[in-house]
Amino acid sequence: MSLVVQDLTVDIAGRRVVDGVSFEVPDGARVGLIGESGSGKSLTALAVLGLLPDGAEASGSVRWNGRELIGLADRELATLRGDEIGIVFQEPRTALNPIRTVGRQIAESIRIHEGVSKKDAAARAIAEAARVALPDPERIVARYPHQLSGGQRQRVAIAMALACRPRLLIADEPTTALDVTIQAEILELMLSLVKNDGMSLVFITHDLAVLSQIATHGVVLEDGRVVEDAPVSQLLTTPSSPVTAGLLRDATATLWRPGGAE
Amino acid sequence: MSDPSTGSGTTTGSATDAVARRSRWRWLRRLWQLSTGRFGIIVVLVVLATAVTAGLWTPFDPQQVEISNRWAAPGWPHLLGTDGSGRDILSLIMAGARTTVFVAIGAGVVATVIGIALAALGALTARWMRESVAVFVDILIAFPVLIIAMMISAVWGGSLAVVIWSVGIGFGVNIARVTRPELRRVLHSDFVLAGRASGLTPLQNLMRHLLPNVAPVFIVQLSWAMAVAVLAEAGLSYLGFGAPVTEPSWGLLLAELQQYITIHPLSVVWPGLAITITVLGLNLLGDALRDATDPTLSRGRDRLHPPRGAIRHVPEVVA
Amino acid sequence: MIRYTLTRLALLLLGLIVASVLIFLTLRVLPGDIAQLIAGVNSSPGQAAAIRERLGLDRPLPLQYLDWIGGVLRGDLGRSLLTGSSVTGQLAEKAQVTVPLGLMSLTIAVLFSVPLGVLSAMRRGRADGTAMSVGAQTLAAVPVVWAGMMLVVVFAVWLGWLPAQGFPRAGWQDPGAAFRALLLPALTIGIVEGAMLLRFVRSATLQAVGQDYVRTAAAKGLTRDRALIRHGLPVVGLSVITVLGLQVAGIIVGAVVIEQLFSLPGIGRMLVDDVSARDLPKVQGELLALTGFVLIVGFLVDLVHRVIDPRQREAT
Repeated sequence: MSLVVQDLTVDIAGRRVVDGVSFEVPDGARVGLIGESGSGKSLTALAVLGLLPDGAEASGSVRWNGRELIGLADRELATLRGDEIGIVFQEPRTALNPIRTVGRQIAESIRIHEGVSKKDAAARAIAEAARVALPDPERIVARYPHQLSGGQRQRVAIAMALACRPRLLIADEPTTALDVTIQAEILELMLSLVKNDGMSLVFITHDLAVLSQIATHGVVLEDGRVVEDAPVSQLLTTPSSPVTAGLLRDATATLWRPGGAE
Repeated sequence: MSDPSTGSGTTTGSATDAVARRSRWRWLRRLWQLSTGRFGIIVVLVVLATAVTAGLWTPFDPQQVEISNRWAAPGWPHLLGTDGSGRDILSLIMAGARTTVFVAIGAGVVATVIGIALAALGALTARWMRESVAVFVDILIAFPVLIIAMMISAVWGGSLAVVIWSVGIGFGVNIARVTRPELRRVLHSDFVLAGRASGLTPLQNLMRHLLPNVAPVFIVQLSWAMAVAVLAEAGLSYLGFGAPVTEPSWGLLLAELQQYITIHPLSVVWPGLAITITVLGLNLLGDALRDATDPTLSRGRDRLHPPRGAIRHVPEVVA
Repeated sequence: MIRYTLTRLALLLLGLIVASVLIFLTLRVLPGDIAQLIAGVNSSPGQAAAIRERLGLDRPLPLQYLDWIGGVLRGDLGRSLLTGSSVTGQLAEKAQVTVPLGLMSLTIAVLFSVPLGVLSAMRRGRADGTAMSVGAQTLAAVPVVWAGMMLVVVFAVWLGWLPAQGFPRAGWQDPGAAFRALLLPALTIGIVEGAMLLRFVRSATLQAVGQDYVRTAAAKGLTRDRALIRHGLPVVGLSVITVLGLQVAGIIVGAVVIEQLFSLPGIGRMLVDDVSARDLPKVQGELLALTGFVLIVGFLVDLVHRVIDPRQREAT
């Protein structure tokens, strides 16, 4: 279960925003995509799943277990999404449908890929809610997104992404929009879920300190190009690219720990 | 760009002022770049030009009756043919443009005055007054323009003034409703406070900060208001409550030609087309103005990319 | 929810009162003496005075207003100056033409605009999507009178399928003929109003396309189109309901003009005739009925919207 990205290019309205990006995510690995805003990291992730905005064009190669994803029909990609590859987005406030209960939204993840009944899916949804440590799962599934806190909504998003036990989780700046106090909790949750299931992880962020807590390997992007690709420990101690050095300086001091994640 | 309330990653600081000043006129260029904007501007200019020309010259006297030449087919010398009294249709259309322009501008002026007055009342006065105005405006919104026109016509009889006033009132209220929150928002924004702190008189403050923020929304509404005015003139003139029979009007022309629709079905095409194209042009102009002046669009619809360089601000301190 | 309903109800009543005052004042503001006008130029002062007394015009203005409102609350919207017929009665009679016309127009507008609006948004950037959008823009710019004329030319004059004018004497006792008489008018209003609604649906759908939660739905495993339809559209539907109130006002306006064009004996045509004849008491009653109707529809739409949207169900 590996992801191999080779020479990925994304053009939007004639502008090249991802330029020949290549990296690998072996089975069970936790890789970070790190760079400043506008470096193309989010678009790289979206390109993998065929979720680029209208008007964007992707070329190059993205292989998931040897299967080429670029150019695949949306219908085929849709079967992969959620089932083999899950994704969590940055902004929990807008990522959830405001007029559906969170329970229904989690259950939908399950019902899309597994032909279970509504009742069974609803029961599974409660279980998934408990798995992401949502308080009072049986009551919370009947709530609407606007009734939950930011951290809770993000947990719901994680539950939706992992409900079908995908092999790869892509997390696009999942903690950036959250309170600092909540960030650590969500990171811990994601790390434990990923480790327990032996999932691969692609974690996107601009914060090296956050990355150091959750990833073992880092790919640094600038202007849509890879400028450094090394284990996280190396990025933290002996960065070879000035971009990485800059990110190091910007990293949140309080979360920074030498040695990084295991 | 100088809008503090739009979402992700707005830059703040003195750099914004410079950018804001440059972008003040950028909307014009962008307007022309949009196909809707181009079409709208061209249509408006053509109609204006026709109206002005018609005041000085038309191929024939629009009122000139020539019974022997009734219902002539389009050709030479009557490029669009003649109507049931032998009048040249092209000249009638050209002359009608004057009425249309007159009504559109008149309605625009009335709507502007009423809109600004109500918006100002609803934003700048004491609380009880503001609330009453808000409620009043919400109620008036429900009055369709036609109802207002009927009310006025019942009392004073139909005329172009009726059209102008009813559209003016109807849309003035709409403009007030849209402009008032903008006014209030800007009034309480940091720019205004800063302006006051830096010693500007309230009036200067108003002009420098209020106008640029309120103007875009306002111009868009005005454009649409004028489109409605043209449609209203057509409809009301058709019903007999608009232009008097002595004035050339596209709506009146429709009414006159309608009676012969079974024998000369295509004669109504010309005034109808004239109205449609004019209204379309004004509508598209309004749409284009809205797109051209929308600050969030200047960064492109790319939500994934906050403006470049927005993050690097942490000083050199390292743990 | 209760509190919201009561607030809106209070606003509705306030709106009705303000509307009635405005209508009343406007129609009383005529310079000159109404009674004199009605009696005619060559009448004797006695005749004018008699008319004045009969109409209650010699009483103070506020009392006249209260008289009128009192009557309205009892169901009496006034009497025609010229024929003496009851306004309420006339409205009820003509409603058999206008109400079905309005309903048919609304149905046609919705059926026409919603699917095409969504489609044109989904096909945005492609040829067919742009064509739909341009077409809708153009149709929305067409004066409804002219649209009616063009449809008459095509369907009545050239094809002869439908009548160009009129409503059967027997009314709805001959439902087939009545329906056929209203079809072309309803199509006219429906298409023009529908074009405006289509633009709105399109822009609401475009907004939905860009919504994050639609993207999330696709990320869960729905195809992108499915994600839009299942998650984006209900929110679009919600905003359509909001606009429906405005649509009703537009349909009323359209009906006034279209009834004239097609010689339909409906409320709109009656209003036009009465305004032309300066039958002020009748116009007063009719305008109040119409405005009241628009306000009440707006109130109901607000309530429905509030009930359906879970985001608003709790008071914040």
